[in-house]
Amino acid sequence: MNQSGNPSRSGLGSLVLIAAVLGGGAAAFAYTAGWLSPGRLTPEQMISALTPPTGVPLGHRRNHAKGICFTGVFEANGNGVELSRARVFERGTYPALGRFNLGTADPNAVDATVRVRGLGLQIAAADGEEWRMAMINPPFFAVSTPQAFHELLIASGKKDPEAMKIFIQANPEFTAFATWAKTAPWTTSYAEEPYHGLNSFIFTDAKGGEHAVRWSLLPTAKGTPVSQAELQSRGPDFLEQEITEQLRVAGPQSWTMVTTVADPGDPIADPSKAWPEGRRTVQVGTLVVQRIEPEQDGPCRDINFDPAVLPRGIRVSDDPFPAARSSVYRKSYDLRAAEAGDYPRTGTAKP
Amino acid sequence: MSDSRGFAPIQRLLHWLMAACIIAMLFIGVGMVSTVAPTYLPLILIHKTLGVILLVLVVIRLALRRHYGAPPLPADLPRTIKLGARLSHLLLYGFMIIMPLLGLGMLWAAAYPVVLYGGIQIPALLPQSDRVHTLLWNAHVYLGFAFFALVLLHLAAALFHALVRRDGVFGTIALFPLKNRTTPAE
Repeated sequence: MNQSGNPSRSGLGSLVLIAAVLGGGAAAFAYTAGWLSPGRLTPEQMISALTPPTGVPLGHRRNHAKGICFTGVFEANGNGVELSRARVFERGTYPALGRFNLGTADPNAVDATVRVRGLGLQIAAADGEEWRMAMINPPFFAVSTPQAFHELLIASGKKDPEAMKIFIQANPEFTAFATWAKTAPWTTSYAEEPYHGLNSFIFTDAKGGEHAVRWSLLPTAKGTPVSQAELQSRGPDFLEQEITEQLRVAGPQSWTMVTTVADPGDPIADPSKAWPEGRRTVQVGTLVVQRIEPEQDGPCRDINFDPAVLPRGIRVSDDPFPAARSSVYRKSYDLRAAEAGDYPRTGTAKP
Repeated sequence: MSDSRGFAPIQRLLHWLMAACIIAMLFIGVGMVSTVAPTYLPLILIHKTLGVILLVLVVIRLALRRHYGAPPLPADLPRTIKLGARLSHLLLYGFMIIMPLLGLGMLWAAAYPVVLYGGIQIPALLPQSDRVHTLLWNAHVYLGFAFFALVLLHLAAALFHALVRRDGVFGTIALFPLKNRTTPAE
């Protein structure tokens, strides 16, 4: 009890200790929040890099900003059950809701100027579980990691032509994507495009067996490839007009969902690497698009096609993209919901 | 009523269990929204699961508090400090109740399915709404910061009682008896 001989000194020591605990707690909190690490890739940084030259697309998705809603069904043929115990693979018909879109952050982009076309999809299983995904038409992704994607956005936004050269030197996988962008055929319809999931996921079957897979939607509609120049002669929104007209005249459009199973050693964590030909594929069902609605008042507007929203029987793999996309999409949703007044609904259905 | 010199053992246990979980929740929350790394997904899953668990625990805790009551503060504590103590505890309980509700509400209002660890689904009680989502999301974020500040204040007050005043207040909630504890009565 020697220390209690001088209460004021021990009191001072205690106050210093208390201050240190509080300061340490606050500093640890600030560190965890990333406030002390400007180098950490945050969803805000990704979104900032996505900002198009036309300015922040207030009220819109921060990427794939231009799109149109659809509703329809996913008809599962039951073949998927051998790969995954997810209920949506059990033979049956499940409600589907989605969005055709363009890979641009500019909601007013001219259709013919955008190379990448996409499809967001949500399938609802009978037990209330949801499966969401967002797919694009190139057969592999542009880069290997979310960090490289951020660097690509920065480099491609610079006027200096050296920036892209330096980027490609550091990320040579981009060359394959650049070749695809230059040489792949253009089509005149969202209905004629294939849409690829690109990211690898793990399917778990009823016996607990695990399978690394990727999936694609392959179109039933076959079109004639056209040149980009030919598309430029069409209106700025021809894709939305075309798909609306297509459904009105020709009726529902469909895609076959094909699941590709990885062989041991196939690159799971890198969506820029296509798996070799000859992998086992399983056709698991058909997406039937039955109705088109403009996005402004459409049902897809409310949905964040977050690729990490998965039913039991599907989970993420070592591929780092679904987590990164989930984080950035969430931020994009939070922003656009807060800015809904800048993209007002025309109808009266929603507050 | 329990021993007037302290909280019941079950109250103490719950206090420290929830304290650890709440501090973890605050750090996970602020950490997960600042990263695009693969840990984002497990962090958000833990955050949602632990949030719902904490909502259940706070209900149990309030029931225990009602049943056992709380020991009185030392008679010599200044009136304003006593008022501050009461107010801060009310606020702490308020945060414990409202934070998980705001979290659930903002997910519902964004049309996200709420799926917890083990695939447990929490059905949505709110329809999608941009306005409601934004309101609840802002409240969850800013009240989260306020909650952390209050937790720090609570910690500072606890240490002040334990180390400077040595008035036995810390001993009423401590999980283990304190060595060399001197109370005014002794």
